[in-house]
Amino acid sequence: MPTHTFKLNGKEITVEAEDDVRLLWVIRDLLGVTGPKYGCGINVCKACTSHINGKAFNPCAVQVKDIEPTDEITTIEGLPATVGEDLHPMQEAWLDHDVVQCGYCQPGQIMAAVAKVKQARAKGRDLTDADIEEIRNVCRCGTYFRIRDAIKDGAPRM
Amino acid sequence: MRSRRTETTPDTSGANAPSRRRFLGYLLAAPTLVAAAELGGGSVFGPSAAAAETGAGLPPTPQVADHVDLTDGLVYAARPTANLIAIQLNEDGSASFALHRTEVGQGLTTAIAMLIAEELELPLEKVHITLSDARPELAFNQLTGGSASISALYWPVRTAAAVAKGKLLEAAGHVLGEQADLLTAKLGTITSATGGAIPYGDLVHKAASDTTQKVEVELKPESEFRIVGERTRRIDALDAVTGRKQFTTDLKVPDAKPTMVCRPPTINGTVRGVNNLDQVRTMPGITDVVPISSGVAVRGETFGQCIDAVNALDVSWGPGPVDGESDATVEKKLKAATPPPVIPPTPQTKTLERQYTFAFVNGSALGVNSAIADVRADKAEIWSTVKVPIVAQAAIASELGLAQSQVTMHVVPGGGSFGRCLFHDAASEAAEISQKIGKPVKLMWHRADDCRQGRVHPMSVGTIRASFTDDVISLEQHLAGVRTDFSHGFGEALTSTASRLPLAGYSISEVIFTLTTPSLYNFGVTKTLLTETHQSPSNNQKRGGFNTGSTRNVYSPDVATTRELFVDELAEAMGMDPYSFRRKYVKNDKLLKVLDKAAEVGGWGQPTPEGVGHGIALHHEYKNTMACFVEIDCRPETVNRPIRDGVTGPRVTRGVLVTLPGHIVVNPLGLEAMMQGGFIDGFAQALTASVHLNQGAIAEASWDNFFYCRQWNLPFEFTPVILPAEESEMPSGGGEMGVAPAFAATACAYRAATGKTPTHFPINHNDPLAFEPYPHVPPLPPSPTNGLDYAY
Repeated sequence: MPTHTFKLNGKEITVEAEDDVRLLWVIRDLLGVTGPKYGCGINVCKACTSHINGKAFNPCAVQVKDIEPTDEITTIEGLPATVGEDLHPMQEAWLDHDVVQCGYCQPGQIMAAVAKVKQARAKGRDLTDADIEEIRNVCRCGTYFRIRDAIKDGAPRM
Repeated sequence: MRSRRTETTPDTSGANAPSRRRFLGYLLAAPTLVAAAELGGGSVFGPSAAAAETGAGLPPTPQVADHVDLTDGLVYAARPTANLIAIQLNEDGSASFALHRTEVGQGLTTAIAMLIAEELELPLEKVHITLSDARPELAFNQLTGGSASISALYWPVRTAAAVAKGKLLEAAGHVLGEQADLLTAKLGTITSATGGAIPYGDLVHKAASDTTQKVEVELKPESEFRIVGERTRRIDALDAVTGRKQFTTDLKVPDAKPTMVCRPPTINGTVRGVNNLDQVRTMPGITDVVPISSGVAVRGETFGQCIDAVNALDVSWGPGPVDGESDATVEKKLKAATPPPVIPPTPQTKTLERQYTFAFVNGSALGVNSAIADVRADKAEIWSTVKVPIVAQAAIASELGLAQSQVTMHVVPGGGSFGRCLFHDAASEAAEISQKIGKPVKLMWHRADDCRQGRVHPMSVGTIRASFTDDVISLEQHLAGVRTDFSHGFGEALTSTASRLPLAGYSISEVIFTLTTPSLYNFGVTKTLLTETHQSPSNNQKRGGFNTGSTRNVYSPDVATTRELFVDELAEAMGMDPYSFRRKYVKNDKLLKVLDKAAEVGGWGQPTPEGVGHGIALHHEYKNTMACFVEIDCRPETVNRPIRDGVTGPRVTRGVLVTLPGHIVVNPLGLEAMMQGGFIDGFAQALTASVHLNQGAIAEASWDNFFYCRQWNLPFEFTPVILPAEESEMPSGGGEMGVAPAFAATACAYRAATGKTPTHFPINHNDPLAFEPYPHVPPLPPSPTNGLDYAY
C-alpha cells in the first residue's frame, strides 16, 4: 500500500493508504483525529473545514495522494498552536459569545472564520458582512447569529 | 448585524413559587453521599391560574390545550415512575449526576448543572453531568422530546440537591459540634459563625447513609437564586470549540470499523438480489459486504472506501411501499381527506375559507444518523444518540433475539436532533449488521441517505374557515397530514396518562394534535381537527410507508401558520390591519402583552419601502405565550442576488420573538439560543426548506439541494425578548417554541410585502428545482477530488 507523508498539526506523519482515499478519512479513520466532522462528503456542508498551509479547505474532497510532504495540514486540534496559546482568539470569541449548541459544525465554522479573516487581511482590508456571507458552513441548530457576532469580535483579536 | 436584547433578565422573584413548601426526597445507601428524588417531584401542582380574559368578540369554544397542553401530558407521564434520579457527592467535593435525558444541542446539561449548583451551593464547574445509559425502570421518564425536559426536571433535581445539602450540613454539625441550622453552605464549603469551615469533600463519607431513607426538605427560595436565572455559558462549549467533544462517529470502540449501507432508489425499497457481492468484497479496504433488511451493508477500513464500495454494488432493487407517490398525488390525497365544514353558513354571515399546503421537510441534523454496535451471541453493546433509549433497547433486543437486559444502550450526545433522534434507526440497523457479520461496526449514514431515506416532517394541508358578521361567529381549522410516526414511545408516554387527560378514545396523533392546538382568539364556535392519511396497516410497519417524524415540532408550525395567515386575510376582509385586529380579538391579557411587545420592539406601523413588509403572529405552546414580528425584503435586487449553488429569494431582514414564559427561565442565554435557532427554522420552512417527492424518490441528496438557512439568508437583526415569568409553577420548554410563530410571522410578512397570499410552503416549493438532482443509482454522490481548487 502506498505511504503518504505530510505535516499534521505541526507533526510530520507517515500513513499507509490507497492513493485515492480522501484526506478526511485518512485523518479521521486512520489517524484518529476527529475534530473535522463529516456532514456531506461532497464539499458542500463544510463541517470538515481545516487548513492547508494556512488556507481553509475541505479534506472530504481531496485525495491523499494530492497532499505533498511539505504541506501543513491543520485541524481544529492544531489551531491554537498557530499562535502558541491554549486557545486561538477565535475560539475565545466563540466561548465569549456562547456560540455552540450541539457543537458538530463548530470546529469547521471556526476554521472557516479564521481563514476568512486572514483572506480579507491579505487583501488589505477588514472583514465585512459580505465576506461572512461567503462562508458556506451549515449550522443546522441555527447558531448563525452568534457566529457572526463571534467572528466580528474575534477578528480584531487575531 | 445586531442581536439586541430587551428585558431579558427574567423576574427571579419566582412568580408564584412554593418557596416554603416541603418536598420529599431520599438518602440512598451508598459509600458516599447520594441524594435522590422521585421523578415528577414530591409535589403535584394544579393547573396554573387562567389568564385574565380580554378582548372583544365572542369567547371561543374551550379547547383542551387551553387547560392542559403537551407539556402537562409529558410531565404527568413522568410522575408515576417510582424510581429515582440521584446526585452523588464525590471525594473531591464535586457532584455527579447521570442525566436520564439526551443532550442534542438544546443546552439541557448546562441547565441541569445550574439547578444542582444552585440548590447544592456548589460552583457550577463542580457539577459533572453525564448521560445515563438506558434504564428500563424509568419507563416514560427517559424520553427527551416535546421540549418538556426542564418542565419535568425543575423540581425533582432541585429536591435531590436540597436533600444532599441538608445531609452535608448535618454531618458538618456533628464534626464542628454545632447545630446544623447555624451553619452555612456556600461554594462547596460549610462554615460556622465561629469560624469553622469544612469543604464538602471531607464530608461525603460522613454524610453517607447505610440505609435508604425518606427525607423531607425545603427548597431554596427562588428570590435567593444566584445561578439559576443568570445568563450562563454552556458547560460543554470548551470541548466543542477545541474539537474534543465526541459524537458517535468519533468514539473509539475496538474493531468497530467504518460501515455504510447501499440503499434503494425509492423510499424503503427492497433488495431483490446483489449481483456482485464477491467482487465488492475484494475492493481495497473492504472487510465485509452483507445484505440486510434496509439494503446492503459494507464494512471497511475507512468510510471513504465504504462510499466507493456502496456505489460499486450492483443491486436488483424491488419497489418500495410509496413508489406511486409524488408531491402532487400526496397533496391530492390530503385534500380528499379534508372533511367538509360542519358549521353551516347562515344567510346573515359571510364566509371566508382558505387552504395551504406544507411540503415534506428534511428532518436531519448535521450529525448524520450513526451508531456503534458490538453484538455477541449473548449480549450487545450499542452507542448512539437516542432520545428514547429504553424503547431502542427493547426493540433492538427483540430484533436480535436477546433479552432486554442483555442489551446495553449507551446514550451519546448528539450532533443535533430536531426530533429525528426520537427514533433509533441507525442503532437498530447497526445491531443487525453487527449480528450478521459477527464483528463490531461503526455505522454512519451518508448525507444522501439522511436526505432520501431519513425521516421527514410529513406533508400536510391546512384548511381553515370562518363565518363572520361584525365579529367572527365561528372558526373551523382542519389539518390533513401524512401519518406522523410515533412508534418511538412518545405517544405511549402520553396515552399512559390518558385517564388524566380528557381525551379517552383518541389516537396518539389526535392526542398530540389536540394538546398543541389552543384557541387564541375570541372567534366564537371554535373547532379543530386532525386527519392523517397513509394509515393502512402496511404503512404502519417498519419501513412500511413514508419515513416520518417530528422535525423541531410536530403539527404546530403548520397549524399556526394556517391560523395566523388566515387571521391576516380575515382582518382584511373585516377592514382592519393585522395588528389592530389581533389586539381586538386576542382572548387574554398574556397574548395582548406579548403582541404589544413584539409590535413595539419591531416597530409595527413604521413605513416600509415598496416590496418590504411586516408580519406579526401569535402562538402558545410549551408553556410559552409568544408573539413574533418579521420584516421581509421581497425587492428584486434582494430576491435575485446571486449565490453560487444557493437559493436566495426573499430575505427576512429583522425579527423579534417575544415570550412570556411559564416560570423562571433557568438559563436566559440558553433560551435565547433556542429562540434564535427556532426563529431560523421557522423562516427557512416558510421560504426555502423542503424536499421534493417524485415517484417514491426524494430529489434532494445533500445541502445545496435542501435549502436550510445559510449565512446569506440570515436576518441582519434578531431580538429575542424574554418577559418576566407569569405566575405559574411549570417552567416552559425552549427547544421548539420559536418555530411555529416565526414560520407564521414570515408568511404574514411575505403577504404584506407582495400582496400575494402564498398557498404552498415553502413559497418556492413549486418553482423549478434550483439544483440538478444526483442520480439515485448508485445511491451516493461521488466524493469530489478538486477540493484544493476551493481553498481560501
